[in-house]
Amino acid sequence: MATGNGSEAAQGLRMVAPPLVYAILMLAIPLLTILTFSFLKDGYQTVIREFTFENYLAVWADPIFRTLMLRSLWVAGLVTLATVVLAFPVAYFLSFVVASRHKAMWIFLITIPFWTSYLIRVFLWKVILGYNGVINSGLKSLGIIEQPLSFLLYNTGSIVVTLAHAYAPFAILPIYVALEKIDRSLLEAGRDLGESRLMTFWRVTLPLAMPGVLAAVLIVFIPTIGDYVTPTLIGGGKIPMVANLIQAQMLDIDNKPLGSAIAVTAMGIVGVLSLIFLFLNRRFLRVRQ
Amino acid sequence: MRGGGLRAYALLYLLFLYAPILLLPIFAFNSGTIIAFPLQGLTSQWFEQMWGNATLRRALGNSLTIALSSAVLATCLAIFAARASTRYRFPGKGGALGLIMLPLILPEIIVGISLLVVLLAAGVQLSILTVIIGHTLICMPYAVAIMTTAFSSLDKSLEEAAYDLGETKWSAFRLVILPLVMPGIISAMLMSFTISLDEFIIAFFLAGNEPTLPTYIFSQLRFPKSIPMIMALGTVLVMMSILLLAVAEYFRRRGAARTGQSSSGGLL
Amino acid sequence: MNARNPMPVVREGGPARDEHGRPTPIETRRVMIECRNVHKYYGDYHALRGIDLKIREAEFFSLLGPSGCGKTTLLRTIAGFEDIGSGVVLIDGKDMANVPANVRPTNMVFQSYAIFPHLTVAENVAFGLRRDPRSKAEKAAAVEEALAMVGLRGYGARAAHALSGGQRQRVALARALILKPKVLLLDEPLSALDRKMREQMQVELIKLQRQVGITFVLVTHDQEEALVMSDRIAVMFEGEIAQLSFAEELYTRPASRRVADFIGVMNFLPARILGDTETGVRVDVPGFGEFEVPAANVSRADAGDSGPSVGFRPEAVTLLTRDAPAPNRETAGAIEEIVYYGDMTYYDVRLDGSARFDGKGHPIRVSMRNVFGRDLPDLGTRTRVSWSPGSLILFR
Repeated sequence: MATGNGSEAAQGLRMVAPPLVYAILMLAIPLLTILTFSFLKDGYQTVIREFTFENYLAVWADPIFRTLMLRSLWVAGLVTLATVVLAFPVAYFLSFVVASRHKAMWIFLITIPFWTSYLIRVFLWKVILGYNGVINSGLKSLGIIEQPLSFLLYNTGSIVVTLAHAYAPFAILPIYVALEKIDRSLLEAGRDLGESRLMTFWRVTLPLAMPGVLAAVLIVFIPTIGDYVTPTLIGGGKIPMVANLIQAQMLDIDNKPLGSAIAVTAMGIVGVLSLIFLFLNRRFLRVRQ
Repeated sequence: MRGGGLRAYALLYLLFLYAPILLLPIFAFNSGTIIAFPLQGLTSQWFEQMWGNATLRRALGNSLTIALSSAVLATCLAIFAARASTRYRFPGKGGALGLIMLPLILPEIIVGISLLVVLLAAGVQLSILTVIIGHTLICMPYAVAIMTTAFSSLDKSLEEAAYDLGETKWSAFRLVILPLVMPGIISAMLMSFTISLDEFIIAFFLAGNEPTLPTYIFSQLRFPKSIPMIMALGTVLVMMSILLLAVAEYFRRRGAARTGQSSSGGLL
Repeated sequence: MNARNPMPVVREGGPARDEHGRPTPIETRRVMIECRNVHKYYGDYHALRGIDLKIREAEFFSLLGPSGCGKTTLLRTIAGFEDIGSGVVLIDGKDMANVPANVRPTNMVFQSYAIFPHLTVAENVAFGLRRDPRSKAEKAAAVEEALAMVGLRGYGARAAHALSGGQRQRVALARALILKPKVLLLDEPLSALDRKMREQMQVELIKLQRQVGITFVLVTHDQEEALVMSDRIAVMFEGEIAQLSFAEELYTRPASRRVADFIGVMNFLPARILGDTETGVRVDVPGFGEFEVPAANVSRADAGDSGPSVGFRPEAVTLLTRDAPAPNRETAGAIEEIVYYGDMTYYDVRLDGSARFDGKGHPIRVSMRNVFGRDLPDLGTRTRVSWSPGSLILFR
């Protein structure tokens, strides 16, 4: 709009300035600080301003880091797979089966659990799966088992179930949005051109839904890698993941350079994996609907 | 019936989603001190215990202060970001908005730890203020997403029309844009409020000695005798969340009805 | 509501009139909008390339052209929504260089109508009166009068978002006209309406413009719409005005082959220039033979790569029944295609010898009004075509 007070670019920059300055001060600078710390020497509770690669060497040489990083990736991978595979049919159901006047209600129903205390939800899985938990005490009072099943809790499986539950709406919603965008006549065209319902799904619906699936994968995978609460509560501290390691190094042991190096390495790995993943699926992202 | 299998699956999935939450009221009213079947008698003592807990009240007060402040701050900042995103072209736009939206995909532990390191280095005393700083940061992307949707569904010529009819840029914004995006503002505030109220890790790192609701819950989960009270607390929190969501949905629909848009689609 | 017969309102402005009460000719009226050498760039894109035009008082003026020709940019520049790149825009004699849109004496009807969805119809119409010092009751009366003028009497309390497309259009008109602008700008106002509604609104807009007596500037890509509604039309291509003239002149005397091609249907045949004479240009056209085009029918615009050609409208020539004598010159050919439109029919006729220049056949399109009871000629039959040199235009 012609107003005589500067170009559109200047007005846009002025407009974006408040949130941008906030994000720079509270996000970019802290992240850069962590990055800087990771190249500095640790001097017991202080940081010595001296450039070094030692922290990274230590991280890569550390068997604990490797174990925890691999475990985090493994758990996050399983969680992502479980979440997305379980969520897809629900998203499909929402988009293709539910009458449009009931869609809002279904989405409402699916998102409500997501809005209830994360900690309590995680803890409730411990209540369900625990030694004296709902499943064991229920089965026992029904006389099906004599002794509580001990394999339910404190293992990778229980962590996966808990996280898959916690991130369910994150997987359903992007897939649902992608499915909603598909022009229904494309599916009719697929059928009209001689494909079965199943093959139409495979050749038309699924490729067009892929941007949503990819978004769901990343939205679930990245935060799960850094999850702190679930390994602590459900893993009972026996199955720590990378977030627990970062927390321990930064706060308990107070070796900030090493902790920073772990954080940076972990983020780097996640970033690279995400980019590889997107690159491998790039053909799906070219679809503009 | 078409989709019968899918419907059954979706209902099972809902059961999976709700199973843990349905346990909350069951054990909140169960008089047994151990969270296990079979159930003992009916009691409201856990709610009374919760009510009488001073630390919990303090944690609740802190959490409400933090959530309210973060919601207002995040939404105000988000209005600027969303408006810049939908209305202007400027150099570095992608990068600027990318940075603002980054907390959405950044593990919260990274946000919390890095902010903690900088705040400590800057000599800032940890308090609920530092939690507000962190929560504003992580709520902002959600608020930006909601506000961007709200702004981009507006016809650009509405604003030009107001300007053309003699209003100034600011009064055009106030008289036309603001009323039309008000449902979005309310949604963004409610969503930010809910996220902040529930956020644990950043509060855990940045609150210092001040309890918030989640950090208090976390500290109590270690003590088996506190668990029934936490169940009661959880029940209350779930009820509050549903109430808040219902209010949010009401405003969204009213906004949609007022401007004649279709009311399908949900909160996110 | 009576949409077809809007309530008459007291004429407030209007053009100067002669002693018989007839409006004076447009060329003699006061200049309302003047553009002098207006250029506009978007980055490297040259959107307006030296626009010069004068739009006069109480004139219905159209900016016509294909999408991307700069017509909307020009309109928005006049409205003040786009900065004037270089050049001068004057409205009623005043330089608009530093005058923002909200204080210009223009009002706009937007393509999307831009009806405020959170307000009622009356609140929409009263929107621009916020700073008006009149009393509430006076403003309400003005709103009711404006609504009546566009045929929406009694619609004030309705929610704006519940209106139909045509009703929104009327609200947008009332909202702009209530402010008594010197110029009303209309950006493709009819493009969102269905055909029937569009034709009805065209007539209503013409009546409304005469009634309020102010200058209307319409942007449209629809040549028929421009011809129906406008006093004068500026045809724009690629940021330039290709022709500015009265509607009838634009149709009958297009200044260039491109304008001719854009406005209505035009036949083009290759021509060979034989030489200039005192009264015109002698040409040789396959199927028509040698003849002289009167000087008034010679377009001076560069014909470009296509070479010289003659053009004529489908109704400028006639098919002759078997034995009727030709009133003018005549030529013969065969009917190759028949396109029936109900009230009229298009015949594609391949004239004898039409491939004489380039080996390509050049069928010409001839339109005939259908007369009830008369049989249509059959496909493939021989026919005679009557024409006159005065109805052909030479593009050289």
